Amino acid sequence: MAMLPVPSTAPGQVASPEQPVPGSMRRGRRPFARLIRAVRSNRKATTGTVLLVIFVLLALFPGVIAHDQPNAQIYPRSLGPSGAHLLGTTALGQDIFAQAVNGARQVLIIAIGVGLLSTAIAVLIGVAAAYLGGLWDGGLNLLTDVLLVIPLFPLLIVIATYVQNAGTLVLVIVLTLTGWSYTARQLRAQALSLRNRDFLEAARVRGERRLYIIVVEIIPTMTSLLVASFLTNALYAVLFGSSLQFIGLGDPNTVSWGTMLYWAQNNEALQTGQYLWAIVPGLLIVLLGAAFALMNYAFDEIGNPALRPVRRKRVQRAR
Amino acid sequence: MSSVPAKASAAGVPASRLSPAGSILEVSDLSVTYAMERGAVTAVDRVSLDVRPGEFVGIVGESGCGKSTLLFAIAQLLAPPAAVSGGSVAFKGTSLVGMTDSQLAAVRWKDLSVVMQSAMNALNPVKTTGAQFKDAMRAHGVRSRAEIAERSAEVLKMVGIDPAHLKSFPHQLSGGMRQRAMIAMAMLFTPDLIIMDEPTSALDVVAQRSLMVQIKELQQQFGFAVIFVTHDMSLVSNFSDRLMVMYAGQVAELGVTRVVFDSPLHPYSAGLLEAFPSIRGPKVALTGIPGSPPDLSRPQEGCRFAPRCPKVMDRCRTTPPALYQVDGTAVRCLLHEHGRFRSGAGAGPPAVSGTSVSGEPAQPAAPAAGTTADEARSEQ
Amino acid sequence: MRFFLRRLGFFVLTMWAALTLNFFLPRLMPGNPALAMMGKFRGPVTGQALKALEVAFGVNTHQSLISQYFSYLGDVSTGKFGTSLYFYPESVGHVILNAIPWTLGLVGVTTVLAFGLGTGTGIVAAWRRGGLADSILPPFFVITTAIPYFWIGMMLILIFAVKLQWLPAAFGYDVTQVPSFTPAFIGNVLQHALLPAFALLVTTIGTWVLTMRNTMVSTLAEDYVRMARAKGLPGRRIMLDYAARNAILPNLTGFAMSLGFVVGGAILVEYVFNYPGVGFMLLQAVNNEDYPLMQALFLLITVAVLVAILLADVATAVFDPRTRTRG
Repeated sequence: MAMLPVPSTAPGQVASPEQPVPGSMRRGRRPFARLIRAVRSNRKATTGTVLLVIFVLLALFPGVIAHDQPNAQIYPRSLGPSGAHLLGTTALGQDIFAQAVNGARQVLIIAIGVGLLSTAIAVLIGVAAAYLGGLWDGGLNLLTDVLLVIPLFPLLIVIATYVQNAGTLVLVIVLTLTGWSYTARQLRAQALSLRNRDFLEAARVRGERRLYIIVVEIIPTMTSLLVASFLTNALYAVLFGSSLQFIGLGDPNTVSWGTMLYWAQNNEALQTGQYLWAIVPGLLIVLLGAAFALMNYAFDEIGNPALRPVRRKRVQRAR
Repeated sequence: MSSVPAKASAAGVPASRLSPAGSILEVSDLSVTYAMERGAVTAVDRVSLDVRPGEFVGIVGESGCGKSTLLFAIAQLLAPPAAVSGGSVAFKGTSLVGMTDSQLAAVRWKDLSVVMQSAMNALNPVKTTGAQFKDAMRAHGVRSRAEIAERSAEVLKMVGIDPAHLKSFPHQLSGGMRQRAMIAMAMLFTPDLIIMDEPTSALDVVAQRSLMVQIKELQQQFGFAVIFVTHDMSLVSNFSDRLMVMYAGQVAELGVTRVVFDSPLHPYSAGLLEAFPSIRGPKVALTGIPGSPPDLSRPQEGCRFAPRCPKVMDRCRTTPPALYQVDGTAVRCLLHEHGRFRSGAGAGPPAVSGTSVSGEPAQPAAPAAGTTADEARSEQ
Repeated sequence: MRFFLRRLGFFVLTMWAALTLNFFLPRLMPGNPALAMMGKFRGPVTGQALKALEVAFGVNTHQSLISQYFSYLGDVSTGKFGTSLYFYPESVGHVILNAIPWTLGLVGVTTVLAFGLGTGTGIVAAWRRGGLADSILPPFFVITTAIPYFWIGMMLILIFAVKLQWLPAAFGYDVTQVPSFTPAFIGNVLQHALLPAFALLVTTIGTWVLTMRNTMVSTLAEDYVRMARAKGLPGRRIMLDYAARNAILPNLTGFAMSLGFVVGGAILVEYVFNYPGVGFMLLQAVNNEDYPLMQALFLLITVAVLVAILLADVATAVFDPRTRTRG
């Protein structure tokens, strides 16, 4: 569960302004058609996308494949897998399969919510810092850096402890507030490299307002960074959100994979032979996390051809 | 700066007349292909070139014409996605293409060294110059510390740098010093051939001159051959024995420098010549070559220069020209398809300087109208 | 030197920010959670300790917020973290001191190991570009980065402790043993550390493999690597001295920065294995609403990460001559 996204530029080092940020799509070239083609040509991207689509469908229509009530403690306890209970039941008498399927929704809401919100904050702060410059830049940059080096998870724990029984909304807010800094730093670097480009100068000369320039001229050049930011933060939310729930800082009554693991751990599922109770939700977290991680990595490859796998069909030179 | 006296072995004799046996390097039909997402792009297309001992060969062309790729292909330094896709490179009679790095190690630096465009990037930033010299010498079996130190100091002095700078890191040296240090490093084993990729382009004009003079002096003293890539015609005019003009991955013209300068056969060479001011010649309007080089990923029919050529004929757009021999100069232009000899001027060095003589098919056309000196400069 | 002074200033600022968060967070929350906590502990905790607690969380005091804040800063900077409630009447400082060696041993060793192994793998994968390793390793490690720390811990317990019964599932050593510097005890400690260490290793190594591979791929395209080949240097020397040595520099800072994340992971791993380190302590404090202990641990972890980053800065300066002269 390594949290740092794996960027082509190493963490802590801001991409030098001369280097165009890999994959920044040229404006006005139908980025979506290109995106789809790129995703289809990259195996990691395809795998990630398919996984994510499956999870989204589960979250939207859990009732289609899971008919039992996810939280009702109405079944015989600690059953093994059977026709009636595909993955067995918990020590509390809940159907594990129903819980696993229904758990997708909350995790996805948290992942997508945090992904979108922290990207938005990162854009706001990163671009504003770069574009306004001067004291603004200094102040916002300092804020970003400070947040970047304060250890995240302990901070999350402290906040969640005071909040007590964090529900979905609270988790989204807390994860967002702690998670935006890394992206903001990247976006600031990208915006800085754009600051003196011709098309911005042109807009300035035309007398456009700052907000207009930021929204219409700068942000569209960052499509790939924004997507990467969304994916990174979504992954971070899946892992840390589940972790908080696992240590009992979430709302214990919600149906989610992290909460399932919390109950499994508290009822000594491993020691009492109810392995599926602990295996299934964890595996689902891994798969969803892998979906985001694979898409993110593939996105890096699509943007930066140097990273792509090469086939070893060399006419010459064998190292 | 007038031309430096040529070495006895090389200049003055028309290139194509020399038997290949006397060459130190024989490149024949060398092609380099980049394996790209949308298919292969041929960046160097069947280039042949012989270099004799002690000769100074200049290669000129616009950026992206494949001249640097050619150099790296000769030195077997291509990295994926680029690879040699055809032809051969024989250095002192040994074929280099297909050799592994460990096989090449015996030849590299001892007999064939390389100087790159920007020493800032070509020198390892985390090692002192001395350590990088040492690496090279140890890789070729020099073990004695005293010997390494002595030779390192010696080559640095040769290029006019205080040996104290062996302890300096690259970023502590000035641009000119870095470049000289790199040349010093290339001289460690006094190789037979030094390949130079725009070694002066990062420097200002004055530093450029003095570095060129230095290279030429070292060459005369030690007798190594040089292949020198540049986009600056004025540099090669004074220093090179033979000149190869490249366009879109192909040889456009290859001949004795003075001959090519005085009466360029290819309209592209002529265009390049008109794009820089002659130091000695009378004032003429500078012209550039309108248009830009073709996209090599989309091969076109006919002559690659046709879209920009002032002398284009209908046939040029359909028939790809071969390399034709005209009085010892090789030229890829349909104008010279049947031209076995150069009209007007004989095989000897013509006396014409700078301006062109109109009315002869082998001579460049009058400057294209409307272009100014400024545009000409931007073409470079 | 100026660079270091600036970094130092930045760290002091960050420390201040962490302290301020610590101070204001409980006061910002609706219905001051400290109040509820006080209610619980009113029985056993009395007198001086309760008074201190009230001051620390701004309950029943007539001081203004500002003066509370400054007296809090004063207390912390003189090392007064108060009394632990869960381990009452032990002081917070004492409780923490007992936990530090465990975490330092487990997390320190594992992290350095993960960095070394991961970086090495990344170097080789990039160097053998297009080889088998380079086509299998990246997707594999992308997936390992998505495994939750705590879950891999649970799975290791399931396999090696519950099923195979090869290794102990919990705690730092057998409680039947008396802590001492005997080979038997040290062996016992190592045995207990094996599974948590492996859990941390598996989940953190991927980041290093991938970052190193990607920076290394960029570095291999540099002119100085081409130049090294032109010089006919042996492959190993080019890989290590020319490519890897340059590629690793930006990763050093990244390494330190990620320690914050590793510490987060260590908390979860220690929790799953009941490992008596700082992370386990933190979660015990959380679950028992021992806020003074929790606050102190948060500060301690922050300081540890800041020190690590400072060390990485020093290391970067040592290995990169450019930062040295830039001052």
